[in-house]
Amino acid sequence: MKTILYIIQKEFKQIFRNKGMLPIIFVMPIMQLIILSNAATFEVNHIKFGYIDQDHSSTSRALIETFNASSYFNVIRHYPSENLASSAILRGDIDVLLNIPLYFERDLQKDQYNTLGITINAIDGAAAGVENVYVTQLIQRFNTRLKVELTQTSDQFVQPEIIETIPLFWYNETLNYKTYMVPGILVLLVTMITLFLSGMNIVREKEIGTLEQINVTPIKKNQFIIGKLFPFWVIGMGLLTVGLVLARLIFNIPFLGSLPLLYLYTSIYILVVLGMGLFISNFTDTQQQAMFISWFFVVIFILMSGLFTPIDSMPKWAQHLTEFNPVKYFVEVIRMVMLKGSGFSDILPNLLKTTLYALIMNGLAVWSYKKTN
Amino acid sequence: MSNENVIQVERLTKTFGNFTAVNAISFEVKKGEIFGFLGANGAGKTTAMKMLIGISKPTSGEATIAGFDVYKHAEDIKKNIGYMSQKFALYDDLTVKENIAFFGGIYGLSRKIIKEKSKHLIEELGLVDVANKLVGALPLGWKQKLSFSVSLLHNPKIVFLDEPTGGVDPITRRQFWEMIYKAANQGTTVFVTTHYMDEAEYCDRVSIMVNGKIEALDTPKKLKAQFKVEHMNDVFLKLARHTE
Amino acid sequence: MKRFKGFITKEFYHIFRDKRSLFILFGMPIAQIMLFGFAITNEINNVDIAILDHAKDINTTEIINKISASKHFNINQYIEKESDIEAIFKKGKIKAVLNFENDFSKKLVKEHQASIQLITDATDPNTANTISNYLNAILIQYQKEINQDITLNYQIIPQTRMVFNPELKSVYMFVPGVMTIILMLVSAMMTSISITKEKELGTMEILLVSPIKPIQVIVGKVFPYIFLSIINAIIIVTLSLFIFKMPIQGSILLLGLESVLFIITALSLGILISTISETQQTAMMISLMGLMLPVILLSGFIFPISSMPLPLQLISNIIPAKWFIIIIKGIMLKGVGIQFIWKETLILIGMTVFFIVLSVKNYKIRLE
Repeated sequence: MKTILYIIQKEFKQIFRNKGMLPIIFVMPIMQLIILSNAATFEVNHIKFGYIDQDHSSTSRALIETFNASSYFNVIRHYPSENLASSAILRGDIDVLLNIPLYFERDLQKDQYNTLGITINAIDGAAAGVENVYVTQLIQRFNTRLKVELTQTSDQFVQPEIIETIPLFWYNETLNYKTYMVPGILVLLVTMITLFLSGMNIVREKEIGTLEQINVTPIKKNQFIIGKLFPFWVIGMGLLTVGLVLARLIFNIPFLGSLPLLYLYTSIYILVVLGMGLFISNFTDTQQQAMFISWFFVVIFILMSGLFTPIDSMPKWAQHLTEFNPVKYFVEVIRMVMLKGSGFSDILPNLLKTTLYALIMNGLAVWSYKKTN
Repeated sequence: MSNENVIQVERLTKTFGNFTAVNAISFEVKKGEIFGFLGANGAGKTTAMKMLIGISKPTSGEATIAGFDVYKHAEDIKKNIGYMSQKFALYDDLTVKENIAFFGGIYGLSRKIIKEKSKHLIEELGLVDVANKLVGALPLGWKQKLSFSVSLLHNPKIVFLDEPTGGVDPITRRQFWEMIYKAANQGTTVFVTTHYMDEAEYCDRVSIMVNGKIEALDTPKKLKAQFKVEHMNDVFLKLARHTE
Repeated sequence: MKRFKGFITKEFYHIFRDKRSLFILFGMPIAQIMLFGFAITNEINNVDIAILDHAKDINTTEIINKISASKHFNINQYIEKESDIEAIFKKGKIKAVLNFENDFSKKLVKEHQASIQLITDATDPNTANTISNYLNAILIQYQKEINQDITLNYQIIPQTRMVFNPELKSVYMFVPGVMTIILMLVSAMMTSISITKEKELGTMEILLVSPIKPIQVIVGKVFPYIFLSIINAIIIVTLSLFIFKMPIQGSILLLGLESVLFIITALSLGILISTISETQQTAMMISLMGLMLPVILLSGFIFPISSMPLPLQLISNIIPAKWFIIIIKGIMLKGVGIQFIWKETLILIGMTVFFIVLSVKNYKIRLE
């Protein structure tokens, strides 16, 4: 036990002495949490919109005015010809183009209906889908108005049957993205810092030769490993704490669940990450390799975690793969506990899987750390 | 020097695939002896030493260090030996005091003893002014002396030195050897590998390894007589030429 | 020149000796592009929902059948009372509950109106919103069917043309992003590390006192990574062409040149990082922690930049990855030539020059 304390003490000293690293460990994650949480939004607004009006009728003007008034569409630009408009799409100046042909109003009155060409830049398929919904909704609303204006007298004899939907958005009534993203990004930052630091740590001693010196001492494998990992565990928990405080103060994210529960889960989760880092460290000879492998896994973990894109939409095999992703579990848990107030029994499956993961990773780490070769 | 053998090696062998790095070497070292372990680069010195200090498993053969078997009791061996590696192995980003405290701590010394030893050692090495400076900022010679003292911190029965004087100036080397003598006088067995043939003269006995085998083992005086030369260097050259 | 060639050869040796890194270097883009191409999508599919049907009549049954036929939804559970909703949301699997009121059919016939409560777990606002949109679409369709005999007058029917990605494949969005993130991080990280490593080991000094000029040292260190990154870019483009059937509408030559430009930008950023870090650890943490999230989040890789708050839109301008993503999407999907992307190209060139000038300046200060 006393031996472990010596190692812990040494690690802390080394961390706090490295002036280049301190801001990276403590300031950078916090800055990123504050800034980047604002960036992660799938909301589609400020849509870059342009139009061609060849009709110049009152209907076409009214239609354009509808778009102008909508808060979703921004930067209304007018193009005199299709050529100019299409090169604007190519340049990326506009993403949605409305093309009102000549005789639009006349044909509408004559035929009682008319079609209208909309062009949407669909490279971002999801955004294009949403843009399409917005356009359709605006035009539908316009249709209703049109009907009232053009058919003042025509009463409908048969009243249609209407199904009304009452949407209720629980836990996040205003559909605020930050509520969703801040906890997730916090998970990422905690994961990255602890994984990178632990992944580099032992391999660094290997590279500078001090590990050999340690190996000839009577120190026990697990003492050494615990002593090495404990400081990073503390840093991870500290980062979580700072992140939670900021989430509350800056982003006003609710915390409905139990704080001790979240800390309990996190304390086990960080063990998984540390074990993983150590395992990587044991299998590599240089810091460069260790970093590279950690990076490889981190990118996959981030993008397969359900943090940014929903796991449910992935094909089944990919969903099964995410079962091996510890980040996924933590992202789920932190969102459940913070935003929904889920309790112990709700997160129990994730807690158990994470604990199992921690046991396996640390078992592998201790097993693969050899004092002898 | 007593007659008690603290190192006993019998046909110790290490192979890596087809390559035999250490080929059935046998020798013994007595308590308080300064044993020089010589050989050209790649002769197998470091590999042999790593087996003796318990960080490399032998392929075959026997070895007992301070009464413990290298196969079964590697961890017990570690409590009874000190080791100073070829690469400088103190932490550059810790101070002199912190390094001493850290290594004392992991060898299980009490805080009180560490404090006493640390004070004594810093005074003895003349490091009082730099005791709170980072080790990385010290000149190499000081680092080496500090490193040696740290390896003796827990009063090991045997201390293994892997080319301890590589790259330091002649005066520091001299001082370093004085430290070695002092340790030996106090009963610590010193097992030292070196390149410098003049240093071999300071040893009680030397062994010379060539291509994984011990080709000669005796006191420097007898070896010189046996090969009919003036200096150890010539013994070494003759042996090397002989096996080519 | 001959000396220089020898130096570059040494760098290649370093890299190719390290089989593990090499494996990752090439294995990674392949694994990532496959994973992201097949698995990552920001569409909303297979959402698990629960039904709370107080009416259990003909209309509600028809609606439920329609919903279960949709690929977007997966009816996971039928519940009996409102109080169950909270509990199932807390478990986290089910994202929405559809609550049909009592006497649904009766009300529909008598009062011409019946209502459905759609309760969504809005912790994920995007999913909640999209679920709501999809369900509305299904209900509107159903409404049309039951009101078939009533025709509506004066309709403008929008005919939408989805250009550049008619099938709305999300892989078109992600491939340029993954390519950018790989090139950016590999180039910046590897160069910054390999230069600081020489600094840390003290071998940099040896190189600097040798007759090789400092600039040659740097170019020599960077050159192998240009080579490796180009191979990576080729692998990624080839995979996206043959496996994901992504088109290259524009000129392959232009795509190649722009990629080389971006690789050089990333490498010069790596050099800059190496001039400000003392240890490999610092260099790595700067390139990993400092670059990873900003590149993923602020480049338009996943999240549309135009939806971000204005300050972030401004910040996104200093992310080289943003400009490169615009360029690749332009060339591959829109088929544009240099006349449409010269601005972005100039910005990348400008950034490269800036990074290099700054590195040289930092370097000189160090030598004095």
